[in-house]
Amino acid sequence: MTATIAPAPTSDQSVESRVQWRRMLRVGAVVGLVMMFVSANGMAATFNGRLIIYPILSLGYLVLYAIPFVGGTQFTKREELEGVETAPPSVTDAVNAALAGLLGGLILGLFAWFVDAVPGVRTIFPSMSPEMVDVLTFGLGVGPALVLLPLISAAMGALAGGLSLLSKTTNKALRAGALTVVSFALFQVVVDDFFDFLPAVPDFLYTRSALTIVAAIILFALGAAGSIYLPGRMPSIGDRLGSSDAEVRRRTSLWMAAIIAVAIIILPQFLGGILNELLINVGFFALMALGLNVVIGYAGLLDLGYVAFFAVGAYTTGVLTSPISPTINPMLTWWQAFPIVLVLAALAGLLVGTPVLRMRGDYLAIVTLGFGEIVRILLLSDWLAPYFGGAQGVRNIPGIPVFGTEINVTTPHLMIYAVVFFVALAAFISWRLEHSRIGRSWAAMREDEDVAEAVGVDTVKAKLTAFITGAVIASFAGALFAAKVGSVFTNSFKILVSIVILVIVIVGGMGNIVGVLVGALVLIGILGGPNQPGLLQEFGQYKLLIYGALLVYMMLQRPEGLVPSKRRQQELHQEEFLQDAWLDKHGRFVEDHDHSPQRPGPSAAEPGRGRES
Amino acid sequence: MPILETRKLNKTFGGVQAIQSVDFGIDEGEIVSIIGPNGAGKTSFFNVVSGMFPPDGGQVIFDGLNIGGHTPSQITAAGIARTFQNVRLFPNLTVLENVMVGQHCRTESGVFSSIIRTPKQKREEVMIEEKAKDILGFFGTRLVGYRFDQPAFALSYANRRRLEIARAMATEPRVLLLDEPTAGMNPKETVELTELIGRLRSERGFTIVMIEHDMKVVQGVSDRVVVLDHGTQIAAGTYDEVSTNEDVIEAYLGRPAESRAQSE
Amino acid sequence: MTTTENKPAEGETVVRERRALRLSWVDGFLWAIRIGAIIIIAVGLIGSISKFAAGEGLTAEGWRDLIVSSLAQGAMYGLLALGYSMVYGVLGFINFTHGEVFMSGTMVGFIAANWLFENGIWDANPFLSMILVLIVAMVTSTVVAVLIERIAYRPLRGAPRLIPLITSIGMSFFMQYTFAGLFGINFNTYPPPPDVIAGTVNILGLEIRTTQLTVIVIAILSMIGLWYFVTRTKTGRAMRAVAEDKEIAGLMGINVDRTIVTVFAVGGAMAGVAALMWSLLFRSVNYIVGFIPGVKAFTAAVLGGIGNIGGAMGGGVLLGLFEGVGPILILGGLGIPGVTQLKDAVAFTALVLVLVFRPSGLFGERLGSEDRV
Repeated sequence: MTATIAPAPTSDQSVESRVQWRRMLRVGAVVGLVMMFVSANGMAATFNGRLIIYPILSLGYLVLYAIPFVGGTQFTKREELEGVETAPPSVTDAVNAALAGLLGGLILGLFAWFVDAVPGVRTIFPSMSPEMVDVLTFGLGVGPALVLLPLISAAMGALAGGLSLLSKTTNKALRAGALTVVSFALFQVVVDDFFDFLPAVPDFLYTRSALTIVAAIILFALGAAGSIYLPGRMPSIGDRLGSSDAEVRRRTSLWMAAIIAVAIIILPQFLGGILNELLINVGFFALMALGLNVVIGYAGLLDLGYVAFFAVGAYTTGVLTSPISPTINPMLTWWQAFPIVLVLAALAGLLVGTPVLRMRGDYLAIVTLGFGEIVRILLLSDWLAPYFGGAQGVRNIPGIPVFGTEINVTTPHLMIYAVVFFVALAAFISWRLEHSRIGRSWAAMREDEDVAEAVGVDTVKAKLTAFITGAVIASFAGALFAAKVGSVFTNSFKILVSIVILVIVIVGGMGNIVGVLVGALVLIGILGGPNQPGLLQEFGQYKLLIYGALLVYMMLQRPEGLVPSKRRQQELHQEEFLQDAWLDKHGRFVEDHDHSPQRPGPSAAEPGRGRES
Repeated sequence: MPILETRKLNKTFGGVQAIQSVDFGIDEGEIVSIIGPNGAGKTSFFNVVSGMFPPDGGQVIFDGLNIGGHTPSQITAAGIARTFQNVRLFPNLTVLENVMVGQHCRTESGVFSSIIRTPKQKREEVMIEEKAKDILGFFGTRLVGYRFDQPAFALSYANRRRLEIARAMATEPRVLLLDEPTAGMNPKETVELTELIGRLRSERGFTIVMIEHDMKVVQGVSDRVVVLDHGTQIAAGTYDEVSTNEDVIEAYLGRPAESRAQSE
Repeated sequence: MTTTENKPAEGETVVRERRALRLSWVDGFLWAIRIGAIIIIAVGLIGSISKFAAGEGLTAEGWRDLIVSSLAQGAMYGLLALGYSMVYGVLGFINFTHGEVFMSGTMVGFIAANWLFENGIWDANPFLSMILVLIVAMVTSTVVAVLIERIAYRPLRGAPRLIPLITSIGMSFFMQYTFAGLFGINFNTYPPPPDVIAGTVNILGLEIRTTQLTVIVIAILSMIGLWYFVTRTKTGRAMRAVAEDKEIAGLMGINVDRTIVTVFAVGGAMAGVAALMWSLLFRSVNYIVGFIPGVKAFTAAVLGGIGNIGGAMGGGVLLGLFEGVGPILILGGLGIPGVTQLKDAVAFTALVLVLVFRPSGLFGERLGSEDRV
């Protein structure tokens, strides 16, 4: 089912047994250009430094040659329509894919030759260096590369085509195996930390931070086997959660909640410093994303200046608690300052929300962006430096006094509990509000503001409530942040942060608490935040590029996010939903889209059943 | 005293006088139809009365209170609800949720009580859901049971119209403004809806102002008929009086050729 | 809640009035902002005038220089604003990536300028060089704009309004960091302006920097060219028709897709011209030079009336003046230190004020029928 907003890729439904020249040229050119791009901005060379399998496969080559593979899959994709037979995979697909790969590799080879021949290019494009040429040509020089590169790319394309000829289970197994290998390789730090108590395991698996060949083979086999045997044995959690039996749903949710709670309580004791820091960062972004989720996901107000509320929370805490804060210096404790933080944040929400009450969506977005920047510039200015420290910021912020100790930068394992607590609080608040009178009024307002107003929803109050709630949640993060880092500088409050939070909300699943949390975990955990490293440090330079590309990709392919709210999923795939309803011959709305056509018998012919007439 | 009346109501949209000095009145419990050719200003009239646009002149008086210029949500809270000519539901909310939203202006749980779920808030939520289900039950079996959880966009056209009326009912109004409730329906559905409108008054006590084009419906259920043309009221009375009124016929059909030649 | 009673006329009922108080605090708030802004501006002005009279602050020449340079910058914003204005007029969303379209013109233009400089052509044939750089910048920006439309916006043609906006935000960041990856993050500096435009020129007794004068002249020429294109050519007419009502234009036989591409292309070309202007005024470019000017240019577009081409240029000039002269004139007059830091804040404040109080702009907005309320 692919009736998404983007029109289906122009797939030739009729799979003729011939080479599709135009398509092949197009895909090949794109593959070549993308490979050039990845090389030209330094990704290939930088990633080459990180080995996946020692000593044969580096991340650089993996990423580079994944491109012709993905290009090859263009020829094997089929649009699946219910009730229509899809054309079977054929060898011609593989041939087409190989040819496209060939072209792509050739383009890359020519590119390498060009860079090698014109050394002056380097002054303008720093990454087009001899190192890059070395990486591309496997150190063999340009001549051999012109033959080798097209061949390898063609092979990758053929691989993609060939895989489609194998059975679905084999495909699934191979993919699971590959994924297992890559995951273990990339997340070596996590595995290391996890097996702290049993060093033999990571020692066996890794050499020089990469998998040994033996380990890779074993992991591949395990992953493949697991994908075949496990699903049959255990009904997946997803199935359980989506089941129509409310009792099953409730029990599964409770178990999940219990497991997660236990994990959260014990885990910090086992985690090393790096991972702890990482999780704290994830927590901060998750907290802010939850707040933005209320504003965007529930109320439908695109706030691009959200970081300003974070700044209000952080600076208020800093100014009120730090012993050396200029001018305003009450030296309160964190707890004493906290209520003031909340009040000021609410006020900020009110101040931002009121002028934008009557604005249409686009304008609202850019005005809030303006607000965010105005706040940042003012906090940074010399004019207000007597109060906020200007470029120096506010320093010496004490931590959170708790049971005799203090939660601050020196006690990360305690900090994580504080973060988790507030994330849970924010999630709880969001959840309760979503399923309440206010949540409904937000949903109605998001659907059709004028009609909501006509039906008795005071949109002024609803919008302001959304802004204020979002602001207050952001201020939680701000107050914690000030205590955790011990100082605040405007550098932490750039537009970039607002955008990253936006990406988390959208990629994770707009309007869905779990989606937002997953988004924060995946994005900040793996890629890292604007100023914070993620698990994949190699991606450091490129993470913002990836964020941008991810946002575009999600909007084109899956605007509802990774873990969508049911409502959003329905909204963005209305045709599919209606199709399913029509095809359901029971005449009854089946909640969990069970595609298997269970023909019921004569009763299906009753008038008035099935799709509404 | 009429429950709803307008006095010398005026509204201009960018140079076009949509409503000119309209005096309108309806007593509690009446069903009045507003008819007139396209562009006569009927929907504009509804828009002004329901608050979507403020009047440029004149008054709108509801239960003795001047509501001209109030916001739509204030007017709905005061007791006037409306439906739209081109059904405007909340397409991605479920049937039940659409109706529950209508109860927003009659309930008051705020942020804090929703977060900590005070007993009062819990009772209110239960009440909202029950009232919504009760209202949906008014439409027979069409919008109940499994339908509660269906998203509104999946409904058939006729059911969508019914849902919109249900949502309006949920605001517990005293006056219902129905804008072309039977537009686009087949004869069977039209008859059913005409009946329903009658029941809205007899069983639930609503006062109804209805814009309609289908004269059978108008005839079948209205106490009085008001005719608008080019923004002014050109006739009023019972259906029989109005349907034989020359000005009304001329507004719809134009003047016969001979009589025009005579007057030139 | 205030109630007043009307004296009942003969037979009339008593009507209680209740003013719609609910919104009045919002309106009151907005009025407070209006009044506050006016007071700030007035006091600042008075302060500046008294400073000037006392011989402090900027001299007359200083003010003159400031005004001219602000005009030049405003001209640049105006050309940039055209892209935002036209796209919003036709497709109804803010094309955040336009700033990066501009940036790409500056970066690739730099390559051309650098090459010309290193081969001596820059100083030998200054006009030829500048025209070459202009062409390179314009072509680059146009190609980038058209590519982005094809990849990111066309598939989303029917989507709910916020989705193309969010996509353009993502695309903007993608482009920024693509260029950061390709060119590195350091600033690239254009070669110094050739002698012929390096100095100042004496016009009507005023000494004006030649570069700034060039910028203003280029802006005027571009606007004339654009005006001619939009009003006198068939493509231009098609653009206006599509901006008015896409559906009907399509029914009249206009190729809507191709016209939309033209809109993006024209916007891109103007951004390319703006890129040359940037190189003349500021000389330094890197991956980030597009973002803030982009937001400011959008402000200019709204200020002039979104969808209104003449308004875009007008808005640009106004914004340039406001941003350049405003901080020193008004905030300096209030005695605030370090006003140049606050330049961007002033521009953003202008953005907020315009969108809150006069979103239809000063010269009237021109929206498509789908977007008009």
